[in-house]
Amino acid sequence: MLSYIWKRLLQLIPVLLGMTFIVFMIIRAIPGNPAQMILGQQATKEAVAVLTKKLGLDNPWYIEYPKYLWGLLQGNLGESMRTRTPVADEIWPYLAATFELAMFAIIIAIVVGINAGIVSAWFQNSWFDYTAMVLALVGVSMPIFWLGLMGQWVFALELSWLPTTGRMQVRDPVEAITNLYIVDTIINGRFDQLGQVLRHMILPGVALATIPMAIIARMTRSSMLEVMRSDYIRTARAKGQKMFWVVYKHALKNAIIPVLTIIGLQMGMLLGGAILTETIFAWPGVGRYIYDAIGYRDYPVIQSGILIVAFFFVMINLLVDLLYSFIDPRIKYD
Amino acid sequence: MSEIAPKIDDDVVEELDQSRGPWLEAWNGFKKSKVAVVGAFIVIFFILLAIFGPIIAPEGINEQALPDRLQPPSAEYWFGTDDLGRDIFSRVIHGARISLWVGFFSVIGSVVVGSLLGIIAGYYGRWVDMIISRIFDIMLAFPSILLAIAVVSVLGPSLQNALIAIAIINVPNFGRLIRSKVLSIKEDEYITAAKGIGMKDARILFSHILPNSMAPVIVQGTLAIATAILEAAALGFLGLGAQAPAPEWGKMLADSKDYLQSAPWTMIFPGIAIMLTVLGFNLMGDGLRDAMDPRMKS
Repeated sequence: MLSYIWKRLLQLIPVLLGMTFIVFMIIRAIPGNPAQMILGQQATKEAVAVLTKKLGLDNPWYIEYPKYLWGLLQGNLGESMRTRTPVADEIWPYLAATFELAMFAIIIAIVVGINAGIVSAWFQNSWFDYTAMVLALVGVSMPIFWLGLMGQWVFALELSWLPTTGRMQVRDPVEAITNLYIVDTIINGRFDQLGQVLRHMILPGVALATIPMAIIARMTRSSMLEVMRSDYIRTARAKGQKMFWVVYKHALKNAIIPVLTIIGLQMGMLLGGAILTETIFAWPGVGRYIYDAIGYRDYPVIQSGILIVAFFFVMINLLVDLLYSFIDPRIKYD
Repeated sequence: MSEIAPKIDDDVVEELDQSRGPWLEAWNGFKKSKVAVVGAFIVIFFILLAIFGPIIAPEGINEQALPDRLQPPSAEYWFGTDDLGRDIFSRVIHGARISLWVGFFSVIGSVVVGSLLGIIAGYYGRWVDMIISRIFDIMLAFPSILLAIAVVSVLGPSLQNALIAIAIINVPNFGRLIRSKVLSIKEDEYITAAKGIGMKDARILFSHILPNSMAPVIVQGTLAIATAILEAAALGFLGLGAQAPAPEWGKMLADSKDYLQSAPWTMIFPGIAIMLTVLGFNLMGDGLRDAMDPRMKS
């Protein structure tokens, strides 16, 4: 197992290097004079020259790239051109916001998705099965930004059940310690705000959870159907064990393995989906951070934002791979 | 005896189909799946909309009737009007053109480039394979929409650049698919025979290996059109794809954000159009997968 982990970590090096190179090249690949493009046509020659030097565009890439890498290794993610703050300093609250939302979404997706899949397989060809699977199919075909807008319209604007945007009531904020607002409200003992924070998470969380939920439900169903046909399930049933335990205890244990891989992949995908969800719900996450940066042509932020998200994406996928081989010993490490 | 007769007939038909080739067999398999046929009908419907859009649409896409702005659906304006008094029904119909155009051509781009790279990597192996495969790994290390955003942020926001971005992000998916298919095919006897009679690499690759690798590409391609349409809409929604006044569905949704309560129809209809088109391609892709490549069955 250790040698497998080691091997996977080594394989990660070229991928990480490639990622940093792509991100590094974003500014350089801008057609024409990148500094002029960033500052606009009205910018003076002096301003363009200063920015060119600042972004290292006056040197060829093979000189600047090692410098960039070295900076990254020291935690230097560049400086935002808009706020003049190091990206490494200002990105954390955004990352925490995205992390909180993604966690909330994946929990919804797992709980609902797995149970819907199990019940569908248990009562195969029943009305529940058909309804759940049609919904799952529609779910994977749904643009999440549309779902988000629909949720906002129905539950926030028409019914006024849930807040439209944001993370908590701005009039009475809770002191940010971890920037994970659920944790912060608990640490501060502000249980009145905890409910508010959770209410703010429902609409964006559900919108973000829809696609993974649908995919998890479909995968669980097909995996469960396969397992339910096996001999040991027939034996368990023949012994007279209650169907509930046969399904949830015996069948699920084996059926869950492929579902776990899908869950892992979906966790990575959530990071991409977060950009769209955060834009609709004004959720101050890293997706929104990158989106705003595009509007301001703040390339250091665009670069570092994309790099950080991709880094977490790769790490989550690595963890899933490792977890997968740990859970299912039949998978040979070599 | 009469009960057995239809079974025998079926067997004979099946055997005949097999002798006629895998394509006919796949077609028969596809026809049997009701869901896939529904998907195909949805897709054909939208293709017809895209082709005959200008004839069907009652109004022009940019004809503004400001006194009629934000009108709810009515006999005159089936899907209502937007904030500039434009007919949403006409715009949704024209939008089919844009979405299908982006969907088809971005996937064609990804298939051509991905197949070429995949076939080279799979056939030649060694360092060529290593370099190409690592490039694919690196591209797949980004969440796809993020890579698309990166490409558009370099090229500038426009529909054409969104198409290019979507084509680029899907290249590794096709590349990997073809590569693995080539790896298994190149060991087949007929390839060894072709090599034996001195056939050139290019001819082996393009006349023998490529046609035999196409089935999974067609399946993946159909499903990829669905994803590409979603991605194009997402880029349009973020303001990084089609620009005003193009009636692109994602852009229309972005424009509807300010009128959610006063004019929800500006948001409902473009969304339904995206969902139905994507659903159609997904259903068709699933059906094709089951029909053409039973091993890939989910």
